[in-house]
Amino acid sequence: MKKSKGVIIGIIIFLAVVTFPFLYNRGKAAPVPELVLTETAKAAQQCVRSKDYMQREHMKILDLWRHTVVRSGERVYVNPQGKEFNMSLSNTCLDCHSNKAEFCDRCHDYASVRPYCWDCHIDNPKESK
Amino acid sequence: MDSSRRQILKFFGISALAMSTKPVLDAFAAGQAAGDAEANEHTQSGPDALKARQWAMVIDTREFHSLEDVEPLIEACHKIHNVPHLPVKRHEIKWIWETEYKHAFPMKGARFMAEDLQHRPILVLCNHCENPPCCRACPTQATFKRESDGIVLMDFHRCIGCRFCMAACPFGARSFNFRDPRPFIAETNKQFPTRAKGVVEKCNFCAERLAVGQQPACVEASEDKITFGDLYDPESKVRELIKTNYTIRRKQSLGTEPAIYYIV
Ligand code: HEC
Ligand code: HEC
Ligand code: HEC
Repeated sequence: MKKSKGVIIGIIIFLAVVTFPFLYNRGKAAPVPELVLTETAKAAQQCVRSKDYMQREHMKILDLWRHTVVRSGERVYVNPQGKEFNMSLSNTCLDCHSNKAEFCDRCHDYASVRPYCWDCHIDNPKESK
Repeated sequence: MDSSRRQILKFFGISALAMSTKPVLDAFAAGQAAGDAEANEHTQSGPDALKARQWAMVIDTREFHSLEDVEPLIEACHKIHNVPHLPVKRHEIKWIWETEYKHAFPMKGARFMAEDLQHRPILVLCNHCENPPCCRACPTQATFKRESDGIVLMDFHRCIGCRFCMAACPFGARSFNFRDPRPFIAETNKQFPTRAKGVVEKCNFCAERLAVGQQPACVEASEDKITFGDLYDPESKVRELIKTNYTIRRKQSLGTEPAIYYIV
């Protein structure tokens, strides 16, 4: 009898410790970030592909772009609607989404993704400095 | 008893077959679906893109007399490609630079050579060899000879910084980023990416300019002292110059077939 008391207390302490982080953070989930579209993007209305496709697959498009540009030398992307884009991360994506901090970064911070592209690619092609 | 045992075994056999083919069929089905989704996007070259089987260059060294003649060309290249200027010699990054005859063409010098030839600045850069040893040394195919136009290119996205290519290149055309280059770029060209610490870099024959119909930056800055064109087009200006002048190439005996020709 004496022994089982210890066990029960042990179990309670264990449960308290294990569930603490969940209870502590309850109701405080980081809010889904607000993405800001620039005037250029608003005027264009459409991204390279549909919004849904971009949300899911933009990294695949970028992968296709960098592979095609560097390795086969083709630099023009034609989307299913027949619209042409120069396949460039800084010169095209960041032309419309020149507010990288309020767009790409905000979403990536939320999703905890850290693309290393900006070690080389210019992240503020439109700003003077 | 006997027959039911047989039936059970048959049943297991068929089920096993069915289960093992399902994933294969699924994979095929998925492949089809993905193919459909991407079937209607495509890539192409721009309307002005310059094309060749093997780009080549003829440098008329007779036209370069002093450092003032070569510096604007080097500057033009290094500026548009964000090549950093590092003060420490062994960290230096260079895409195109100048050297003396005896260093550019060892084995080709003569004693008591014309003073002018001995000391004139010879522009050297990646030779975009037809048989490039660097590409064979690269374990990730980060450096490769582009089939479409013969340029020896770097895919910085794949470079792991092992430097085998630097050891393989007999011309010292490659530089390694020992440090983050960004603080050493005086004025960044925002149209072109920089590089990062830990990758090898070199001349790209201005692949990004050829794609939009422009000549390489050094050629443009050279005022016709350098000629650029397709080595396999008998009508091209480089072929004309090679035919009508005596030209030499660097370390020809190594068999790498450099695509940079020098008139001396
Ligand atoms: C012509 C201007 C333009 C270009 C170029 C462009 N975008 Fe967009 N992008 C937009 C617009 C406009 C939207 C909003 C679409 C909507 O709401 O339907 C958008 C939406 C997106 C979204 C989804 C955002 C969300 O609301 O969830 C992502 C991700 C994205 N873009 C990434 C990219 C990337 C990566 C590139 C380069 C490959 C790129 N964009 C190039 C205009 C552009
Ligand atoms: C709607 C949210 C959202 C927006 C907006 C967004 N991204 Fe992303 N991005 C993601 C997520 C989530 C991933 C990670 C996907 C994964 O790992 O499967 C990702 C991954 C990437 C990757 C691959 C990173 C890696 O390490 O593999 C790149 C590159 C990238 N994003 C570029 C961009 C650029 C450039 C923009 C702005 C033009 C942008 N993204 C805007 C959500 C977003
Ligand atoms: C070590 C430096 C480096 C890193 C890191 C890097 N890139 Fe690049 N990237 C380059 C260089 C240099 C080019 C060649 C530019 C050209 O030829 O115009 C290039 C070209 C590209 C291109 C096509 C041309 C252009 O102007 O954008 C795309 C798209 C691209 N990279 C995407 C990416 C993405 C996405 C990432 C991150 C996941 C990334 N790169 C990381 C150096 C880098």
